[in-house]
Amino acid sequence: MHMADTLISPVVGGVMWAATAGAAAYSMKKMKDEFDDRKVPLMGVMGAFIFAAQMINFSIPGTGSSGHLGGGMILAILLGPFAGFLTIASVLVVQALFFADGGLLALGANIFNLGFFPCFVAFPLIFRSIAGRGLVGGGPGAVQQDAGAHGSPGRSVKALVPASILASIVGLQLGAFGVVVETISSGISNLPFSKFLLLMQPIHLAIGVVEGFVTAGIVSYVYRAKPDILEGSIVRGGPAASALSGDRPRPAARPAMRKVLLVLGALAVVTGVVFSWFASTHPDGLEWSVFRVTGSEEVARPGSGIHAFASRLQERMSFLPDYGFKKAAEPVNRWPAVDAGSSVSGLVGGAFTLCLAGIAGFFLLKKRGFAKGRSRRAEGRAGKTPRWES
Amino acid sequence: MGKLDSSIREIRELENLARETSFVHRLDPRVKVIATFAFIAAVVSFDRYEIAALVPYLFFPIFVAGAGGLPLSAVVKRLLVLSPFVVLVGIFNPLYDRTVLLRIGGLAITGGWVSFAAILVRYVLTVSAALLLIASTGFYTLCGGIERLGVPKVFVVQLLLLYRYIFVLTDEASRMARARAQRSFRRGPMEIRVFVPFAGALLLRTVERAQRIYQAMLARGFDGTMKAGAFGGVAPRAGSSGDEAGDYGAARANLGRSIRFSDALFLGVWVSLFALFRFVNLPAMLGDLLLRAAG
Repeated sequence: MHMADTLISPVVGGVMWAATAGAAAYSMKKMKDEFDDRKVPLMGVMGAFIFAAQMINFSIPGTGSSGHLGGGMILAILLGPFAGFLTIASVLVVQALFFADGGLLALGANIFNLGFFPCFVAFPLIFRSIAGRGLVGGGPGAVQQDAGAHGSPGRSVKALVPASILASIVGLQLGAFGVVVETISSGISNLPFSKFLLLMQPIHLAIGVVEGFVTAGIVSYVYRAKPDILEGSIVRGGPAASALSGDRPRPAARPAMRKVLLVLGALAVVTGVVFSWFASTHPDGLEWSVFRVTGSEEVARPGSGIHAFASRLQERMSFLPDYGFKKAAEPVNRWPAVDAGSSVSGLVGGAFTLCLAGIAGFFLLKKRGFAKGRSRRAEGRAGKTPRWES
Repeated sequence: MGKLDSSIREIRELENLARETSFVHRLDPRVKVIATFAFIAAVVSFDRYEIAALVPYLFFPIFVAGAGGLPLSAVVKRLLVLSPFVVLVGIFNPLYDRTVLLRIGGLAITGGWVSFAAILVRYVLTVSAALLLIASTGFYTLCGGIERLGVPKVFVVQLLLLYRYIFVLTDEASRMARARAQRSFRRGPMEIRVFVPFAGALLLRTVERAQRIYQAMLARGFDGTMKAGAFGGVAPRAGSSGDEAGDYGAARANLGRSIRFSDALFLGVWVSLFALFRFVNLPAMLGDLLLRAAG
């Protein structure tokens, strides 16, 4: 569900870039405050792990289709929200550059959808409030707890499973919702808000369930083999964290707070479901309100000023004064209102320019064919064998 | 597993292209990043029904590919794998927007088809610009460039480490997947109950590897930053070198280097052209001229 450059408007892309940059800056600050540079190599390698794991398909039982891991939730669980967010961001950067997954302008939106929601919403509100309780007491740094919880990994693993599943579902639902809102407010798709929502949310509910089971499986596998990896991140003030941050005792109010957050999380899910239902029965009202809220008609066209400037510019330098947007008063929606004559001239001119571009490309590339040193690339490849010893 | 190997092959292919030494390759990475972003912003800022005015933007990828000695096939090959999400979202436009914009003979062209075509044209332009950026720069040099543009060092270090270990871990995953495939009779993807311990085992190996790496880094004096030349161990060289590993070091070492004339020229000319294409619909004027000439 990567957003693409071609579906996003510059304003939406810019806003999401700003939001992502803010979240990243905050994460970096938090990591610095918590003196977490221990995690630096772990982040790099874990990002690479997710990158590799995403490439392996598994079959989804009962459907005949196959899927792959998303991995945002695993990163949040194993690295904590801040390092997890930065790691997801870095994976998305590499994918945007090498596989053109998404694109550069939409990168901010993609990092936000796939990183912010799992790390800063689903992880602290859902995962931690469910799984954290089962794991408290698993280390010397934790506050004294009833001995029952201590040393019974069976119970902890049981808490991990529903926590991972619910958190994955919520994270993906919010991410999909983000995609819908960003696409609609970009104003490039004609898909009505409610229809798009009904398309995206159920699909991502299914994906979220599968993702949740896989996440739960991997996390409990890791927990059974090496419980110390998880305790540092799930239990706030757990052994790893408290060793570094100077034994900060956990505030007494935490359990109550957790309950509140859990209820809030559940409410959010219920609201989402009701909201979707509402969307299907009252599409018009909802559409209207969303268009009002996001102001998409205005937002999608940052250029009314630009258009005005352009038409002035054009009047000044125009050698065909009667073409195109001669009326600066109505800069918006030129096409539908435009007469066939200038559409045809656009068609002809566009085709002609395309030919010119093709000819230019042909000559440039032909020149390259003659000029290219034949061995440069081969020689580069031979000399490449990197040293991967670690 | 096939996907693992092919994705690594794709990365290596782009990385190999980045080691040419053309005019475009020698440009400052900052200039290329800014020009690419300006290009994408200009392209996506058009009205959703605009196609003709987008065509002149093709000159930028063609110029970069041509002057950079990069085969267009490398880009076209990747363009053909159309993003399913883009098609999924775009294909609804013809269904919902049925305003007839133009009639050619008996054929009515609706707004939905025009905007769908515009989405595809913008897709071609934005994706090829992004791919050519990496193919003409290389990841390490690009990281040096964005760090100089102000991206925090912590994040750049994260990108460098991630990139470094992508090759290691995809290799490891690929080995494991091959071993599993050789021992199973059924073709096709593994079941979830196989995948979970598979990924879990890979993850445990990953974590152990990270611990070894961290010990090794500490032993070599790691303090949270990458030193110039850390990726290659050789003295940094000026400009884009043929040695991928030294590029980040070289780019970092050039921290104080100012923009050269050719960098400024490249950026200035192209950004002005983007602005010109944005505000003046050259193809429409051209078409008008041609139509008049034709009578």
